[in-house]
Amino acid sequence: MIFATKKQIDHIEENTDIVPIGSYWQLVRRKFLSHKLAFFGLIVLTVIVLLVVVGPFLVRVAYDEMDFTALLVPPLSSGHILGTDELGRDVFARLLYGGRISLLVGVCSSLISTGIGLLVGLFSGYFGGIVDRLLMRFVDVMLSIPSFPVLLILTLVFGPGLFNTISVLAIFGWMGVARLVRSVVLSVRENDFIMAARVTGTKKIQILFRHIMPNVIPITIVSATLNLSYAILAESSLSYLGLGIQPPTPSWGNMLQKAMTYILSKGHASQTPWWLIFFPGFMIFLVVLSVNFLGDGLRDALDPRFVSES
Amino acid sequence: MSETLCELVDVSKWFTLKERIKGKSLLKAVDGVSLKIKDGETIGLVGESGCGKTTLGRSLVRLYEPTRGKFYFSENGQKIDLFSLKNSDFEKFRPKIQMIFQDPYSSLNPRMTVLDIITEGLKNQKVPARERKNLASEMIQVVGLKREYLTRYPHEFSGGQRQRIGIARALVLKPKFLICDEPVSALDVSVQAQIINLLVELKQSFGLTYLLISHDLAVVKYISDKIAVMYLGNIVEVAKTDDLFDNPLHPYTKGLLDSIPIANPRLRKLSKGILLQGELTSPIDPPNACLFAPRCPYKMKRCTQEKPKLKQVSAEHKVACFLY
Repeated sequence: MIFATKKQIDHIEENTDIVPIGSYWQLVRRKFLSHKLAFFGLIVLTVIVLLVVVGPFLVRVAYDEMDFTALLVPPLSSGHILGTDELGRDVFARLLYGGRISLLVGVCSSLISTGIGLLVGLFSGYFGGIVDRLLMRFVDVMLSIPSFPVLLILTLVFGPGLFNTISVLAIFGWMGVARLVRSVVLSVRENDFIMAARVTGTKKIQILFRHIMPNVIPITIVSATLNLSYAILAESSLSYLGLGIQPPTPSWGNMLQKAMTYILSKGHASQTPWWLIFFPGFMIFLVVLSVNFLGDGLRDALDPRFVSES
Repeated sequence: MSETLCELVDVSKWFTLKERIKGKSLLKAVDGVSLKIKDGETIGLVGESGCGKTTLGRSLVRLYEPTRGKFYFSENGQKIDLFSLKNSDFEKFRPKIQMIFQDPYSSLNPRMTVLDIITEGLKNQKVPARERKNLASEMIQVVGLKREYLTRYPHEFSGGQRQRIGIARALVLKPKFLICDEPVSALDVSVQAQIINLLVELKQSFGLTYLLISHDLAVVKYISDKIAVMYLGNIVEVAKTDDLFDNPLHPYTKGLLDSIPIANPRLRKLSKGILLQGELTSPIDPPNACLFAPRCPYKMKRCTQEKPKLKQVSAEHKVACFLY
């Protein structure tokens, strides 16, 4: 106020609202939509999520309904669009229901583990010194624990189940993110704008969340999407050991694992039951791929420096 | 005009180095600097890289916690030692003392809009949002940019424009004392002149006092009223700008001035100045002697036995050398 004349201030007052302040999210949306692969990923994921959420209500057959007159029926036969498994259960119904479990496990555990990793990495990298050393040694300890034997003990104690599977995957999934975030924080905090923020009186904790975190978010998003794919696959190996989602509840992971035994021993079937392995595998592939595209797109869209070609 | 705004008394910043074999040692980056800065004055701080100019500047705004010394700042006729204040009490004085950084590329957060960058200090001062916006639109025009730029991001600007944004960020807090840490050395020569002129202009319109840290003597000569020459953490000579250039006393100052390249080859032949030999001595555990002695052509026995103090040789000319 002191610096300008009354007239200038009036002039500024009049015009301030014309300046489109805060168009950041519009810009992000525009950039995201122009990223073709990310947009494709978003559509595929939306379709899958819709199918998985609404689908089970629309399918006439229950996922655990056995039909011993139709064992290992190939796809496109009467009543079973994707065929049946070795107990005569409808693969399509199981696929939809299993998708709920797999996506829930994947999304929840990767969100939790990324969150933990982000916080640990931020604090470790920014505060340094004793905080850094303690947190990083804790990461080393966690990494050196062989996770599968521990999982075994944990499930023996707490019993297998959806919640425990998510927690276990989250607890053993954050260390990579923490290290990654820490390394980025170490380079970001050396910038002069951190010093400038201190000179203008910004508090340390505000610097961490206002200046450093936004510069770390992009790489965190990418690593969260990788974590999601990892979690979906890890759930399947947990299920294989009988520690994850318990049969008869299907998940893409345990459907896949179960199918392995049948694909190797042809047994009584007249043809190899390829559909048992193809559909869950394809779904995992599709989800992982679209999530990765989505992550790429988000990273680029959130970066103001990145200008889309269009 | 002639009132003292800042007074540094024996300001020191020592860094402790821990080495496995030698044990602890002290790096005396700034060692006992005393300096008076008058209100409205521009004081140039020159010296080689590594001589502690930047450390001194950063200590004054408490980016580094000073080891020793006093920093008196005059506020409404009162002299307050800012170094003795607790961090929470110091926050009140933050807006009064601002800083401009050397590298305009790393001094602006790439993920913040120009508006957010400029108004961050105001936000910390709890200035309401609408007023922040007004002040920012005003200030961005004062530094010679368009108001529309407020919504843009730093990467959309050139080095000179970025430096202007950095200046606006400091000025919006209405500081009295501005520390410019090599404000133009990262810029193109043509842009340097613009920024320097802007600084001169702003000084007049806002009644600022500058501490201009630079290794570029031409820049310092153009803008400063007074120049302080620093060598290895110590101030070796202080004088009015013209006085220093016409009549440099300290051998180091002579060497520094003689190191300015002369474009005219005939004049170059005529000059028979001191050529600075060798490198800076290590500031780690310095001896109690003249630190310039190993490079000094006029070295005497006394120079290696005791440390020269800043001595008044004329009204506004001080030098730390046994020759005077």
